[in-house]
Amino acid sequence: MAYRRGRLGRLTALLGAVAIVAAACATGGDDADDKTVTVVGTWGGSEQESFLAMVAPWEERTGNTVQYTGSRGLGAYLTTAVQSGTLPDLAGLPGPGEMAEFAQGGSLKPLNEVLDLETYQNETSPAFVELGTVDGNIVAVFIKSALKGLIWYNPSTFTGEAPDTWDGVMGTAPGSAESLWCVGLESGADSGWPGTDWIEDFVLRQSGPDVYDAWVAGEQQWTSPEIRSAFEAFGEVLEASYGGSTYVNSTNFGSAANPMFTEPPGCLLHHQASFITDFFQEQGGAAEGDYDFFPMPDINPEYAGAFTGAGDLFGLFSDKPAARDLLKYLVTAEAQQIWVSRGGALSGNTNVTEYPDEVSRRSAEILGSAEIFRFDGGDLMPAAMNAAFFRAMVDFAENPGNLDTILSGLDEVQTSAYAG
Amino acid sequence: MDDQLVTAAIVLFGVPAALVGYVLLAERLIRALPEKRQGRIRPWLWIAPALGFLIVFLIYPTINTLVISFQDRLSREFVGLDNYVWFFNDSSTLEALRNSVLWVVFMTGGVVGLGLLIAILVDRVRYEPVAKTAIFIPLAISFVAAAIIWKFMYEYRPPGTTQIGTVNAITGFFGLGPIDWIRDRSFLIDNFALIFIGVWMWTGFAMVILSAGLKGISTELLEAARVDGANEWQVFRGIIFPLLLPTIFVVGTTIVITALKSFDIVFTLTNGAFGTDVIARKMYYEMFTTQHFGRASAVAIVLLAAIIPFMAVNIRRFREQESIR
Repeated sequence: MAYRRGRLGRLTALLGAVAIVAAACATGGDDADDKTVTVVGTWGGSEQESFLAMVAPWEERTGNTVQYTGSRGLGAYLTTAVQSGTLPDLAGLPGPGEMAEFAQGGSLKPLNEVLDLETYQNETSPAFVELGTVDGNIVAVFIKSALKGLIWYNPSTFTGEAPDTWDGVMGTAPGSAESLWCVGLESGADSGWPGTDWIEDFVLRQSGPDVYDAWVAGEQQWTSPEIRSAFEAFGEVLEASYGGSTYVNSTNFGSAANPMFTEPPGCLLHHQASFITDFFQEQGGAAEGDYDFFPMPDINPEYAGAFTGAGDLFGLFSDKPAARDLLKYLVTAEAQQIWVSRGGALSGNTNVTEYPDEVSRRSAEILGSAEIFRFDGGDLMPAAMNAAFFRAMVDFAENPGNLDTILSGLDEVQTSAYAG
Repeated sequence: MDDQLVTAAIVLFGVPAALVGYVLLAERLIRALPEKRQGRIRPWLWIAPALGFLIVFLIYPTINTLVISFQDRLSREFVGLDNYVWFFNDSSTLEALRNSVLWVVFMTGGVVGLGLLIAILVDRVRYEPVAKTAIFIPLAISFVAAAIIWKFMYEYRPPGTTQIGTVNAITGFFGLGPIDWIRDRSFLIDNFALIFIGVWMWTGFAMVILSAGLKGISTELLEAARVDGANEWQVFRGIIFPLLLPTIFVVGTTIVITALKSFDIVFTLTNGAFGTDVIARKMYYEMFTTQHFGRASAVAIVLLAAIIPFMAVNIRRFREQESIR
């Protein structure tokens, strides 16, 4: 306030008055706004439609409206929003790292009082409850989830038995297909993430949950033999992939598996989470029955039944009663069943049992019975580490020979990203 | 009724009303002063609101950015020149710096060169307005939308399959490619493919201004030269070009600044991968992804320092031109 002197002071006072009038009017208008809940998430297209369908019964029952905005750049948006204090009522959280940050900063509201705690804990998978908890407070819930590490195939080209070892998978003859794998890493500013899923699946299956957790926590170096061997295993996949590195980096993850459904087929297998079926149908022109999956087999028998997954975390940023009510509704089996029935989603709510097709039913079964289950490791890392991981996958796919440089670069990011 | 409408109304009517009120009030206060002093104080009072905005929204943030650039990741402690040492030693920032130089050289060269060429070529044809409109249109498209358009243009499909991207379809017709234009590092193809999008967007801008400059050259002068037996090239070389030079300079510096600030195209298409990073995207990355405020500010200051000379030259040229008139 060093400029608060003389004439400038008068101007400041005037402007201040205008601002206060504006603020007063804004609060005055809040009555009508009590019935509107603003929600920001990453979903667009069919996912957005599914979310809107999910909240429709709530809107009808309460007379409130949900104002949804989809944004791919959710991380940057929320960082700015938290700093400025202009927050949506409910928002998807880019990852648990940001969740902890926002919760400790106080902008994320604790949900222990908002939710019917007992019911929530009873009907939700413990892994999901735990992941939304920061310092003993539940601060985030899962709207939907996905099972990763599924290997997809077209039953008309892949006719053999599902291999039960990883070597068996890699040893499969492509047959009529041009290559064994289809890999596509392009995803706009998030390009590379499908590759991180591969690495995570390898780390968990090769080296087990302890190494995985240490790696996610920043205590396991990227240049260590465990992580390096995961990259090397992915390197073998890339070598056996359709179209070479140019195809891998230039093809969007959503259309990556399209050659699986062409005649003659370009590839035999595709590795992706359970949500991909939507894309098979919309981008690949596949019909139900044109695709099926087997779970990615164990690699080290010591860690049998290990799976990775992901979920869409949601948090509450306001005390508005309607917003609290909406969040409470979103975790119920009634709400989650709606999205599940529309396809492309699994629910962490154990009372959701009606799955629309075999694929989601079987994925839900695996999700429920996995012996070792870990959430997407990249999402759990600090944002800077995760971004560098994405980029590393793109660089690795471009030139696998640069592995040493890539891994030591990741080590460098690791030392600074976890330093708080 | 609607909050945003109320706010918009306040901004639309309230702010001008407050400013007019301020001027009237200031005027009344000045009247109270002895007449001699009035003339000296009045301009300052009148300019004060603008000065206030300038200080709050431009000067203060700039100084603050400079201060932050000497601090650590979360702006807690001073670290001296660490962030600048990082900037000039990190291979990824140096690559971004190299690419920004490429943008400055080739985008400016391309935009000014093509703009001048087109301005001269269409100068004396009947369909000039149509041609100029067509070339000017891309400037009205937002950067991100233009990037998406070119993402489709540059689309790559593996050899042997149908190329759905226009560029690869054309090169394929001549038996070349397909080339993954925005990701192929060899010969910096990806950088040039991205820069070309900038050229495509901004050529219209250069063309319009250069064309206006061209119309300002007196026809007597040109005719006199032609009567004296000069051919078209000599007319261009000896008369048009020297007379257009100040305009070319202004357009050029504007494009240099645009090129230095280029962010959207790179962010949308490659996010800086495949050796296409530029410093503006690096700044965004350090700010929002790694959240290293010190480094982000250091990048911002370097960018600002690179732009200032061009701005200064631009302003001086502009003044010279004004004084000629």
